Amino acid sequence: MTDQAYNFAYLDEQTKRMIRRAILKGIAVPGYQVPFASREMPMPYGWGTGGVQVTAACLTPEDTLKVIDQGADDTTNAVSIRKFFQRTAGVAVTEATAEASIIQTRHRIPEATLTEGQILVYQVPIPEPLRFLEPRETETRKMHELEEYGLMHVKLYEDIARHGTIATAYAYPVKVEGRYVMDPSPIPKFDNPKLSNSAAIQLFGAGREQRIYALPPYTHVVSLDFDDHPFVPSKAPHDCDLCAASDSYLDEVITDDQGGRMFVCSDTDFCRTRREAGHLGPLGVPMQETV
Amino acid sequence: MGMLNLNLTAETDQPLLSVQGLTKRYGARIGCADVSFDLFPGEVLGIVGESGSGKSTLLSCLAGHMPPDQGSVIFQTAQGPRDTVTMAEADRRRMARTDWAFVHQNPRDGLRMGVSAGGNVGERLMAIGARHYGDIRDKAIDWLGRVEIAADRIDDRPRAFSGGMQQRLQIARNLVTGPRLVFMDEPTGGLDVSVQARLLDLLRGLVRDMGLSAIIVTHDLAVVRLLADRLMVMKSGHVVEQGLTDQVLDDPQHAYTQLLVSSVLQV
Ligand SMILES: Nc1ncnc2c1ncn2[C@@H]1O[C@H](COP(=O)(O)OP(=O)(O)OP(=O)(O)O)[C@@H](O)[C@H]1O
Ligand SMILES: [Mg+2]
Ligand SMILES: [Zn+2]
Repeated sequence: MTDQAYNFAYLDEQTKRMIRRAILKGIAVPGYQVPFASREMPMPYGWGTGGVQVTAACLTPEDTLKVIDQGADDTTNAVSIRKFFQRTAGVAVTEATAEASIIQTRHRIPEATLTEGQILVYQVPIPEPLRFLEPRETETRKMHELEEYGLMHVKLYEDIARHGTIATAYAYPVKVEGRYVMDPSPIPKFDNPKLSNSAAIQLFGAGREQRIYALPPYTHVVSLDFDDHPFVPSKAPHDCDLCAASDSYLDEVITDDQGGRMFVCSDTDFCRTRREAGHLGPLGVPMQETV
Repeated sequence: MGMLNLNLTAETDQPLLSVQGLTKRYGARIGCADVSFDLFPGEVLGIVGESGSGKSTLLSCLAGHMPPDQGSVIFQTAQGPRDTVTMAEADRRRMARTDWAFVHQNPRDGLRMGVSAGGNVGERLMAIGARHYGDIRDKAIDWLGRVEIAADRIDDRPRAFSGGMQQRLQIARNLVTGPRLVFMDEPTGGLDVSVQARLLDLLRGLVRDMGLSAIIVTHDLAVVRLLADRLMVMKSGHVVEQGLTDQVLDDPQHAYTQLLVSSVLQV
């Protein structure tokens, strides 16, 4: 049921057109941060208003929407954004990555390989990768314009000097098509390789900072590193305790107050799909029994 | 034979920097006016003058930090002479982090205070494409040594350094890429006298060993005596006298320079 007090997907058509123009510009110049006039949304900034506005501008009535937070469909943030679009756009929703035409995400890229026609929308808190060392916006804009990216490596240098290795584990900076340096939002660096050469359109929305940027399908994306400290997309050295996956990003879950813990896929849909297909980890239960 | 000699002489006689009619106004006020000079490779030029005489304005225009209203600044690039006033900003900024260096009076303006000493020295290397951590670190250690900072301070932030150390770190950070021209605005200003002397000594050694070309702005005639081959005296934005340092200081022609040298004027 669409809430009649609002336009389709909440935003008025003029605003959506403005956001679509920013998205198209972002797709035309991969990795470049396009300013846009962010609107007030009926939720706090920390809830991904940038992503919500990008999703609103992309949604059509025929779309099927999936919303994840840290890989999970059932967290408060994901549930409320999904409900928001059910209410304001009346679109179909799903938890199955393969069935979704638009996926809004916070802090993860789904494990399942995305396909042509899918759109992945990232919620971005801080779009500027250079801000850590150069707070002046006029200067960072100039640095992007002139491709002055030495500072990004100073950040990685500092990491190695302090920790012996590149300790940056989230929001690990990348270079897009050999041109713009981009913050991939706080996804774990484990997900960085999935940014590159993806069949899906990847859109990044920062609400408070009023920036949109994009990776069109099959864009070459490289994680920055040093010759003698190459980029490593590391993960916990375990298999999923539920589905036995050895190649998925894991969350550590405390199971009791005696220090018991288990490692499970952060991508809940991926984990369930594997268990439905009969893959079982040491703590996994066949799917039929849990339903 | 004779022809060849002539050609060689012509090559080496090219100025590194050739400044013509450089003028900068702040509204109706004159910053600097109609400044012209040539700087030859390996030369150190001192600029002296009272407060407000236009020294920093001139230096900023020369280093491309500020666009002048008139005049040209021709720099001898690897591709031949180029006017840095009219060149594309991207090229000018690239030159500023390779061929040029700028040492600020206040080390805080020239250092990244949140970055370790090693990161500060390594930044210019990384800016021009260095991608081997071990090499960058070795170079940083080498340069910290050259400015008399112990290698074990490499991971400390500049905040933990004394004023003199900060200034030496700023110098290392600027010289690590082997610039051909160094701009310095009061490099020894704001330091204790004993610290100043040590820094001057260090600067003199570096200038001599690296054969640096430099333009040094200072209030301090002792600094120019020690470092500058040639001297330019400024007053109210104009150059009133220039020549070899010893000549200008020992036999000043302009009345203002005479006052300056006789220390009647407190510059
Ligand atoms: N940003 C500015 N806006 C307006 N006027 C300025 C500005 N900067 C400098 N001036 C003026 O230009 C003139 C030259 O100033 P400048 O700072 O170049 O002198 P200086 O020789 O470096 O002095 P000091 O020895 O005190 O550093 C002075 O009259 C000064 O007041
Ligand atoms: Mg000054
Ligand atoms: Zn799993």
